[in-house]
Amino acid sequence: METLMFKGMIHKKTALALVAILLVMLILPHMIPRFYVYLIASILVMALLAMSLNLVVGFGGLFQFHHGVFFGVGAYAVALLLTKTTLPKWICFISAPFVAALAGLIIGLICIRLSKLYFAMIQISLGSLVWALAFRWYGFTGGDDGIHGIPMPAAVSGVSNSYYFILIIFVLCIIALFFILKSPFGSTLQAARDNAQRCEAIGVFVKRHQLFGIIIASFFAGVAGVLFVVLEGSVFPDLLFWVLSLEILIMCLLGGWFTFAGPMIGAALMLSLRTFIGIHTEYWTLILGIILALLIFFLPQGVWGYFQEKWKLRKEAVAERER
Amino acid sequence: MDIASTYGLPEIALQLLVGLSRSMILFIIAAGLSLILGVLRVPNIAHGSLYMIGAFAAYTVNTVIGGAAGFWLSLILAPLFVALLSLIAERALFCHLYEREHLMLLLFTFALMLILGDMVKLFWGVDYKSVTAPNVLKGALMIFGLPFPRYNLFLLIIGPIVGFGLWLFVSKTRIGKISKAASVDRMMVGALGINVSWVFCTAFVIGCFLAGLGGALVAPTMGITLGMDHTIIMEAFLIVVIGGLGNIWGALVGALIFGITHSVGVMLLPQFAIIFPYLAVVIVLIIWPRGLLKSVW
Repeated sequence: METLMFKGMIHKKTALALVAILLVMLILPHMIPRFYVYLIASILVMALLAMSLNLVVGFGGLFQFHHGVFFGVGAYAVALLLTKTTLPKWICFISAPFVAALAGLIIGLICIRLSKLYFAMIQISLGSLVWALAFRWYGFTGGDDGIHGIPMPAAVSGVSNSYYFILIIFVLCIIALFFILKSPFGSTLQAARDNAQRCEAIGVFVKRHQLFGIIIASFFAGVAGVLFVVLEGSVFPDLLFWVLSLEILIMCLLGGWFTFAGPMIGAALMLSLRTFIGIHTEYWTLILGIILALLIFFLPQGVWGYFQEKWKLRKEAVAERER
Repeated sequence: MDIASTYGLPEIALQLLVGLSRSMILFIIAAGLSLILGVLRVPNIAHGSLYMIGAFAAYTVNTVIGGAAGFWLSLILAPLFVALLSLIAERALFCHLYEREHLMLLLFTFALMLILGDMVKLFWGVDYKSVTAPNVLKGALMIFGLPFPRYNLFLLIIGPIVGFGLWLFVSKTRIGKISKAASVDRMMVGALGINVSWVFCTAFVIGCFLAGLGGALVAPTMGITLGMDHTIIMEAFLIVVIGGLGNIWGALVGALIFGITHSVGVMLLPQFAIIFPYLAVVIVLIIWPRGLLKSVW
């Protein structure tokens, strides 16, 4: 049954490579300095966030411009639950993504009536509302200082422990996202992106599917928010600001919209760029901006998308020769 | 409500006037953004950066020339500098990208925002800058027996002037009329033998000029600092959307809603004043999803 499920979904070679990568990542903390472990952990958090966004942007075709809000709501939810309540810690961790999903439901319900740029704009204004609330409500959210020094259970505190926790959750989420995309629901979402009218005509309730897409995406963004808190131990209003949302969008673009793994690569590229250029110069956004502009000019399908296309062409050429 | 107990009628009127004068700056910036959105269909996130550059350029003009002359000159030179910058950007970059998807254009202008933001850091440094208004505009006038800053009065005068000028441009000049037509059907305008590319360029430069003007006007009222582009661009976008994309009068209506709800917020709940405009935007968009006035899209 197991093999049957995977049949046709993942190539055998790819599966082997993935297992190899996973094994390397498991022993990594024992081999490299702590700084790099931290960097990889933060890449995993951002990668999960970017992939959750890509579910609605790349595969759903929605202009989800303020995805950062769900990330921030997840992070704030777990931070507030941990600091303000005496609930068991695991309940705090589990309930935060559901809070984010609830935010996704509310914001999604309002946005979904509109399309394209209007969808984006109403989402940004709703998101800004949440941001402004977190930014100003000093008594509850700590205002623009945020909340720092959030107490963590011993099992996930420290760079190495939190790395393993993040890795495990990340892998689980990626598998879940993969199956969601391969499920009938995922196919319908993509069909609605490509031709919403035809989908409606064959009896698919497009808007409802898209709303579900938003809720699922915000759930996973909430998970990423929890992981962020696990890693950093703090939250601040910048997590809810629109600049972060555009950065995630750019990660998706950088890696490639229409690929599954693209956003992961985009996140890795962006965070590595920021870290390594940031060491040498304080003007790293200048360099990032130039790279981005060049990419949009010459490589609009993204890095991963570009390579996929190349591979496909080569494969076709090989097949042609064999024939 | 307890407004009446803490605020008398004059205070309320004055607070609304302050909100109105803030609306004027928002209108000038949003009108530029709206013009670009309407004619070129480019959601220009770098508009906020141009506003910031306008403010910094105004600071430079003020320090180099100094005095009242410096201030008045900065209102002309700073926007012109921004316009020049945008002319270069349009001819070198944007004119190759008009056919791309909106999402791509948006991300491209975001890249531009990152670049321009760091350029400002490179040229002007990270310190706070400030500009002082000339003596004529300093101090306060007495209105309803309460002090009202003269500079805000000046803004209340300049806003309608700019709006009138923009109206003259769009509906009375040839190029304005062409740009209006191009925003409806650019293929047809091109087919009539009009060089659409230059029309677009003109509209873009004028829009950016307005962003620079907004920056120069705002310079004496607040600290000029890095990051001032981040909030203004969001506000300008929301104003444009609630007014109707590409509609300049919509930008005026949106700016008025934004400024006045903010000053109402200041009276009701000072701590959460910035939430009120966003709330107003959400309410407007829920009731009128396509904006209050007719959109050209």
